[in-house]
Amino acid sequence: MSLYYSTYTNSLITGNINQKQGMMDVDTNRGNRMIGKLDQAMQFNEAALSLRGQRQQILSSNIANADTPNYKARDIDFTKALQGAMDRSNGTPTNASAANLATTSSSHLNGLGTSLGAALAPVQYRTPQQASIDGNTVEMDNERNQFADNAIRYEASLTFLSGQIKGLLAAIQG
Amino acid sequence: MTAQSQRLNVVSSNIANADSTTSATGQPYKAKQVVFSAQQMGSADANGVKVTQVVEDATPPRLVYDPKHPLADEKGYVAMPNVNVIEEMVNMMSASRSYQTNVDTMNAAKTLLLKTLTLGQ
Repeated sequence: MSLYYSTYTNSLITGNINQKQGMMDVDTNRGNRMIGKLDQAMQFNEAALSLRGQRQQILSSNIANADTPNYKARDIDFTKALQGAMDRSNGTPTNASAANLATTSSSHLNGLGTSLGAALAPVQYRTPQQASIDGNTVEMDNERNQFADNAIRYEASLTFLSGQIKGLLAAIQG
Repeated sequence: MTAQSQRLNVVSSNIANADSTTSATGQPYKAKQVVFSAQQMGSADANGVKVTQVVEDATPPRLVYDPKHPLADEKGYVAMPNVNVIEEMVNMMSASRSYQTNVDTMNAAKTLLLKTLTLGQ
């Protein structure tokens, strides 16, 4: 959703406005710019929420595979991933946004994908405290802990987003 | 969850046949174990579990001295199944705990999804 709106509004801002089409189009352009602003306002919480969703999925996979031999527990670094998603959406490539790719030359690819960066959070393997003998690195207590923590933080993100929507609605409706 | 319930089924079959001295093959029953493997589902992050195969336990049958048994050999030993009931009980507990954890995970996911659906209301 945000990809669509941001490219659309960018093309509008960079002067694709057809002057011959009169007053009506100017009004719709203003409307689109407004939606772009709304989208921008919610971008942070949206990225946070989708990253939490992704993490929840990864943690569920870990729990489901607690008895699978040679399965390696995985997780994402949430802070880095969110930082990367925000940098990507602002168009400022930094180390965090480059999906942890080390570049030694300016001509190297920086790993910046699309502007929807949340889905590109680099997945890392967990370092086990006590790996089991069958090569499985899932530690159930840790996973359950992280799972509950992530669920609560997801709900918190949801509450923030909900509050933001309510605030915007109050501002629009007066 | 399907994988864990299949594991539970195999365990209960092992326990039920702990004393079956003959089976369809004429040999004593052999304990069976499931082999789990991670399986990618949908996106790259979601990994499910699948039972790839059910293998037979290769440990030799337990020999019990019982000359009165109709299947006893000339020395009086009967080949009993290689099921270790204690091992199977532990296996069963582990399987049912894993099943419960997965149910919990699903419940949490459902709650979060329902809350997401009411976003902005």
